[in-house]
Formats: sequence, C-alpha cells, structure tokens
Amino acid sequence: MSSDSDLWVLDLWKGYAAADPVLRGVNLSVPAGTQVAVLGLSGCGKTTLLRAIAGFERAQRGRIALGTRTLDDGQTYVTPERRGIGYVPQEGALFPNLNVQANIAFGLSRAQRRTKIVQELLELVGIVPLARRFPHQLSGGEQQRVALARALARKPEVLLLDEPFSSLDASLRVTVREEVSALLRRQGATTMLVTHDQEEALSLADTVAVLRDGVIVQQGTPAELYGRPVDAQLASFLGEANLLEATFEENAAQTVLGRLELHPDHTRAPGLKQGVVIVRPEQLLVRSSSADGDRRESAAGAGLAGTVEQCRYYGHDALLHIRSQQQPEALPLIARVHGEQALAAGTAVLVTAHGPVSTVE
Amino acid sequence: MTVLGAALAAALVLLPLVFLVIQAQQSGWDATSRLLFRHNTAVLLWNTVRLVVVSTALCAVLGVGAAWCVQRTTLPARRVWAVLLVLPLGIPDFVIGFGWVSLEPSLQGYWAAVMIMTLSLYPLVYLPAVAGLAGVDPALEEVARSLGLGPWQVFWRVTLRQMLPAVLGGCLLVTLGLLAEYGAFEIVQYQTFTVAIFTEFKLGFDTAAACALSLVLVALGIAALAGELPLVRRGRWSRSGAGARRAVLRVKLGGWTIPVLLGLFALCSMALGVPVGSLVYWLIRGGSTTLPSASILTDAAHTAELSAGAAALATALAIPVTAAAMRHRNRLTVLIERLALLPQALPGLVVALGLVSFSVRYALPLYQSALELIVAYAILFLPLAVVGVRAALAHAPARLEEVGRSLGRRPASVWLRVTLPLIAPGLGVAFLLVFISSSTELTATLLLRPTGVDTLATQFWVYTSDFAYGAAAPYAGLMVLISAIPAYLLSRRMASIARRGQA
Repeated sequence: MSSDSDLWVLDLWKGYAAADPVLRGVNLSVPAGTQVAVLGLSGCGKTTLLRAIAGFERAQRGRIALGTRTLDDGQTYVTPERRGIGYVPQEGALFPNLNVQANIAFGLSRAQRRTKIVQELLELVGIVPLARRFPHQLSGGEQQRVALARALARKPEVLLLDEPFSSLDASLRVTVREEVSALLRRQGATTMLVTHDQEEALSLADTVAVLRDGVIVQQGTPAELYGRPVDAQLASFLGEANLLEATFEENAAQTVLGRLELHPDHTRAPGLKQGVVIVRPEQLLVRSSSADGDRRESAAGAGLAGTVEQCRYYGHDALLHIRSQQQPEALPLIARVHGEQALAAGTAVLVTAHGPVSTVE
Repeated sequence: MTVLGAALAAALVLLPLVFLVIQAQQSGWDATSRLLFRHNTAVLLWNTVRLVVVSTALCAVLGVGAAWCVQRTTLPARRVWAVLLVLPLGIPDFVIGFGWVSLEPSLQGYWAAVMIMTLSLYPLVYLPAVAGLAGVDPALEEVARSLGLGPWQVFWRVTLRQMLPAVLGGCLLVTLGLLAEYGAFEIVQYQTFTVAIFTEFKLGFDTAAACALSLVLVALGIAALAGELPLVRRGRWSRSGAGARRAVLRVKLGGWTIPVLLGLFALCSMALGVPVGSLVYWLIRGGSTTLPSASILTDAAHTAELSAGAAALATALAIPVTAAAMRHRNRLTVLIERLALLPQALPGLVVALGLVSFSVRYALPLYQSALELIVAYAILFLPLAVVGVRAALAHAPARLEEVGRSLGRRPASVWLRVTLPLIAPGLGVAFLLVFISSSTELTATLLLRPTGVDTLATQFWVYTSDFAYGAAAPYAGLMVLISAIPAYLLSRRMASIARRGQA
C-alpha cells in the first residue's frame, strides 16, 4: 500500500566523526496520512535523522525518498527549500521581529498572502485574537501553535516535529500535544515526531520507531512495542517491567508466578527451553494475605507470596515493590495497583499475573 | 552619598557643553548666525556628511561581510582571520593615516579620507556583527529554509534582520568616530567640521567662532544618535525559548574560497600591513635622521602620568554613577547614567573647547594645567569607565551586601570586605580602558596640554607636521604597542566565539 507521499528512509548513514557515525543504517517508513514517532534517548541520533530528512544535513550513504522522488542518496541532494517538508523545531523558533500573522505568512508568496490562507490557519490552530502579537508576548503553548501554523501554511507533504512539547510546562504539555495531534489527524497530515518521552510517543503516534545507537531497533504500533518489545532494554525503556526467568512449554511459560500464557503471535526460536519473559506491573494482581489459605495457594503454583517492601503513591495509582518470601535474594517484583489499594510497607501479599506475556532476549 | 557623587559626575559632563553655549553667544547672535550661514559652513557640512555617509556604509559592508565569512563559511584559517580583522582597532586612526601618507604623499582629499577612516573604523562594525551573528538562533534560519527560502533570501530576510541592532550600534560608533576625528583628516588635508573648528581656534584664535561651529558638530552627533539609536533599540529581538543551541551550518565556499581569501588578505594588508610596514620602514630609516631626538622617555612618562590620573578619576566617577543607577534606580539616577554615557557622542575637540572657555573665564589657573587635561580625558572616556564598572558591579549583587549587613557588619565594612574584592577586577579593566584611550588621544591634548609638556601623541604630531617621519615613527610604534593590548584581548574573545560556532 504505497502512496506518492510516503516518506522512506533506507539504510541511512550519517556521522560527524568518521570513526563514530551517529546514524548507522536507519530504515524507516512514514506512510502518508499517519503519525510516526521516533523515540530515543538524547544522543541516539534522532535529531540528526530528522535534520537529514529536512535537508539540513546530507546523507553519507543510503537514501531518503518522498514517494518516488529521491531527496538525498549521497549524489542527488534536494535543498531544504525545495523538499516540501515542513519543520517545527524545538521551542518553535518564531521570528522575534515579526508578529504572529507575519510569522505564519513568512513562506507564502505575495499573491498567497492576499488570500485567506493566514486567516484560516489562525482559525485552525485557534489563535485568531493573537494575530498581531509578537512572539515574546505569547505563552509557550501559543508559540508552538504559531510554529505549527507557519509550517502548515505551505501545505507540506510531510511535517517534522522536533521535540515540540518538551519545553512546555508539565501542566500544559499534555493538553497542547493532544490538541495538536488531533488537529494534525483532522488535516490528514503525514507527520514524523521526534521525542525522548515514551509516554508522548505511545499516546500520540500510529506507529513508534525506537532509535538506539543509530539504528531503528523496532517499529510498530504502540501496543506492539509495549507488549512485545524486542529486548529487555527496550522493555524497560518503554515503562516499568518485571523480567522473569522462565521455562517454556507449548504455549506457556513456567515462572515464579506460576504458569503464564505466551502471546499467541509471538515468535520464539524453536527448541528454546529457557529464557526470560516480560511482565508489566499492571499485569500483576496483588492482594493482602494473612490467611493460611493463601500460602497454600501459593505453594500450589497459583501465585507468589511476598512482602511489600516499598510503596510509591502517585494518587491515581501506586507502585509496589514486593519481595518474594521464597527467594528474598531476587529483585523485587514491581506491581501497579489502584491508588486506594496502596499497601503499607511490611504487608504480606499474594501476587498473581494475568494476560499473555512475551519473551525477550 | 552615592547619588551625590553621581550628580557630581553628571555636572562635570555638562560643564563643557554649558560653556560652549555661553562662549558661542559671546560674539552676539548676528555674528554667530553670519558665521553659521555663510557659504563655507555649507561646504563643511557637505564635506562632513558625504564622508560620514559613504564611510559608514563601507564600514557596514566590510564589517558584516567579514563577520559572515569568519562565522558562517568554511573559510580556511578562520581563527587567524578572526584575530587579524580586529587588530586595526589597536592602531590610532591618525597613525593609519600617517602610515599611508608617509609612503604615498599624493594620497589627499575625499577618497583618501574615506579609505583611511574605513580601514581604521570597520572593526567597530565587525565586532558587534560577529557577536550578533553568534546570537542568531540557527533554528530560525533552518525554519526559513524549510519554508522555501534559498540561502541568500535567508540571509536577507532572517540573518541580517536578527543582527541588525548590533550592526547599527556599530555604525553609530563609526559615525561618531568620523565626526570627532581630527588627526587623520589633517594628514590627508580634508576639511570637515572638526578640522575647521580646530583651525579656527588654533590659528584664528577665535574661540567664539570655534564654539559656535562646535555646536553644529554636537547637533550632528545628536542627530546621528537620534537617527540610529531608536533603530538599535527597536523591538525586543529575544529568543523565544532557552533550549540547547546547536552549532551553525557553515556555507561551503567552494570556488569562492580563493576570491574571499584574496579579499580578506587585501583588507588586512591595507588596514594592518601598510601602517605597520610603514612604521617599521621609518623606524629603520629613522636611525640616520639628523633631527635632535627629543626624549621619548620623558614624553612617555608624561603620557603615563596624565593617563593614569585620568583613568583613576574616570573610574572613581563611574562607581557612584553605576552604583546609583543599579542600586537606587529612579528617574534621576537613570538620567545621570545616560548623561555619563553622552561623551561618547562628544568629540574631544568639543570637550576641550568647553573646558577652555570655562577656565579662561572662571578658573584661569586651571587653563593649560595638567589637571584640566586630566579632567578632559576623564569626561571624554567616562562612558568606557561606566561600561566597565557596570559589568563589574553586576558581579556583586545587592543581596550579598544584605547578607553582610545581616551578619552584623556596618555598610562601610561590608563594602570593603565584600563588594570591593568582587568588583576589583572589573575596576581594573575600566581603569585600563581609560588609560589606553587617553594615552593615544590627540585632539584635546593639542588644545589643553600644559606649556612645555608633550605626550607621545603630540610629539608624534609635531614630527609628522614637519614631515620628519623617521623621528615620528618610534612615537607611533609606542602608541600602537600600548593600544594593541585591548585589541589583542578583544581579538582573543573573537577567536573563542569563532571556535564556539564551529560545526
């Protein structure tokens, strides 16, 4: 299902020091009309990747293409102004000497400025009353909206967003990014968002591509990534994770928590008998136990008896660190429970798991 | 106390201006108006204005162009150029003029004046242009590219716009420098207002006429200030955020490398190579001169004494001015601080004439005394001291003094034990700046120096006027050595800015 405005990155190499390239063969696709988030820690090369796509950096090897049009393959090089790719940098980078209207109209021709384009964009991002303000008179969220409108004015085929929400206050960040995401979705815009915030990537994007050490280690839907990460490092990066040693059976894994069902379309090397499975904290059920019955249940393999070692309370939920009674030397299990279920340290509990799990390397 | 000291400094700055007006009125309005509206005045005005406009424009083009090449291109040996391009600032204008004219006596008139002043003043635009370029957020340029603008359009519509306040500030300094210059124009025999006023006073002994013409000069300076300052200050060009800045992308010069290198080489050889080479030439030739060698050591000692006195006075005046403006901020103290910066727009000649008028009338013993010259220097270079002290005081926040007070110390004791040690290095810089500027000052010194006392600049001037270039060269050499210090320090900062921008 290829379209004229799918963005392709094939085996892209780019470095500043010859011995230590930043990008080491990146493969990425951004299908037309979808929102892709590139997620990575700072220094992983995500900004370099974005800048290469925008045309601010040149590829050393590999190919960047928009539909059938090659943008950069080491020989052909289309300059940024001819790519038709919009760019919203960190913190907006509004022209400080121009007001909101003039910022949005910056890339338009004289004839286009006389049309209603600017007015429509002001309405689209909801800042009509701010048209004559200057950047320093705007809040962080308003600046982001202007930057977005300015990038949309030329109807780019792809829109690149470089950590656009990271400079906003925590309270503002979630609302602004959800509004922006909804707006881009309504426009049917093809967007690539670069971020280090896994929550942002998982909640906004249709697909998430994880960039680590200059390569994409996994690209998939948020659920795929969270539920079936390719390795332990990625599993922990995307959220809290319990990594449990397991002995595999047909469609299940035998662990300290008992027999856990394996994810149905999970592929694992045939014949592999021993390994590690990942259990997310919200897959654990915790109840306080004092009765002897629970201990018997545990002995029967239906759960794990332990003691709450630490409780971190967040209001809407809480994270419990639970020390196993059988294996006190093992790492504590991490369980997510409802806020009202927060248990004091020292409480004896019984832990069980639900839902399919997957193996990691 | 502080405010009182500040008021005293402001009064001192206003003194020469007031007496300039009083003296100009001396010969009556009729005589003054006849003087001001005669044909010759119009010629002087035209000479001055066309020189100012063309030289300032050339300085702007050279300064911005050189800054862009050093900061934003793949020019080879950028750090060397960053240093070389600043150094002409370390050579007094009249020494650059001397360097050229002593080698090529036919250099006379308008274009010679334009060339020499452009070569000596372009660093005043180059320096702020480099700083301005370093301050332009590269993200703005990238956004403009992604919005469909080519590299040149980005330069015009984004980069230049962002660095404009800095560049205009530099142009203002160039304009004021051109209005105040006397020595270099005398050397190339080009008549501007300043030259005419000097002649009127020194040869015509007509103080009233000189003062009346000076008022026109002051008006021109104020017009330049009024015309450019609002543009410098207009708009707040602040960045809209405070995130990590990334290194700029440098433009690949490619086939342009050689022409650009040749251009910069030509600029540096004309502004630096010719004057220095000429000095060296005359130093070597000068060994065989038959002129009696005046004691260069005596003149150097006079220069050092006068300059040290001026530096101490200016720094001492600048402390209450800045302290008042920073610690007791109100309309009065802010106005005083502005007044203290006003001499930036006053030619040395004007300050000297004002002081002459004052001392001849009310304080005859002061006339042509060392004290009067020291006061003149201190007024002239008070802006330098104020800028230096302001930077120093910023290192000693009032909160520290409050903490000292809360620990049971009296204000004076807190000042000595906390504030002074913190601002001492900054005061040293202010002192040095005034010292160096005073030691190469020519115009006011020629008017005010005590009889029989010569400074390096005046003795150089005497020899140059007699075409005794060999004898003049050691004096010029010594002045270049002295004023090369701040130019060198500045150029090292420029080199570090150039390095920081490296991608």
